[in-house]
Amino acid sequence: MATNPMKIRASTKDGVTEVKALISHEMETGQRKDAAGAIVPAWFITELTAKHNDRLVLSADFGTAVSKNPYLAFKFKGGAVGDKISVMWKDNKGETRTDEAKIA
Amino acid sequence: MNNQRRNVLKSGSGAALLGILAAAGIIRPGMALADWNKAAFEAKSMADTLKALGAGSPAESKDVQVTGPDIAENGAVVPVGVSSTLPNVTMVAILIEKNPNALAASFTLPEGTLANVQTRVKMGQTSNVYALVKSGDKFFMATKEIKVTLGGCGG
Repeated sequence: MATNPMKIRASTKDGVTEVKALISHEMETGQRKDAAGAIVPAWFITELTAKHNDRLVLSADFGTAVSKNPYLAFKFKGGAVGDKISVMWKDNKGETRTDEAKIA
Repeated sequence: MNNQRRNVLKSGSGAALLGILAAAGIIRPGMALADWNKAAFEAKSMADTLKALGAGSPAESKDVQVTGPDIAENGAVVPVGVSSTLPNVTMVAILIEKNPNALAASFTLPEGTLANVQTRVKMGQTSNVYALVKSGDKFFMATKEIKVTLGGCGG
């Protein structure tokens, strides 16, 4: 299934880089029922990693309680304008997606 | 020895490389793409979740802050942030007491990443939101009650 690109923004100030990512994903909990009363199967991001160039700066585990189209913001020390930030996620169906952005 | 390591670094790529590095003990497993902690995410109660995370009974700390609205109009999208001034924070987790599964998300922070994360979570009903922070070998937490006027689970 095709996935939509993430929106990633990264900016650096005073030696600290802030990364904001908006991920496009259903994040279905597996607890909702559709109109016919059948349970909608769970479909959500389980793992997410973020890298600054090739250095890991964040790894996250998500549960079903993370909102649809998850938003994530975090900060790390270092980073310079033009450096590459990449974010990768994997969902419980085994699908993955990686997107990149440059620090502005 | 060092040459061998260079070669490994050159030849490996992607997941294979991570596997090799983890096996060689160069990076700790858990730092990179840790296995999703099924037990913790499927635990129903706070106590079970804390146990599954290996946190035991964390101490309340003023150096951990949970940020979020006092009242969330829409339980499906509740902005929650965790920050801490404690040193050597390696793990941050967000727990929602009254959700079907308490653990919402956990973050592993490598050195250099600040203990300051924000995300959005779903809340089924008004509940205490806990921020769990691992500083060194100890766990600390902070609480904030967020009132939900419209639940995020179809309610």
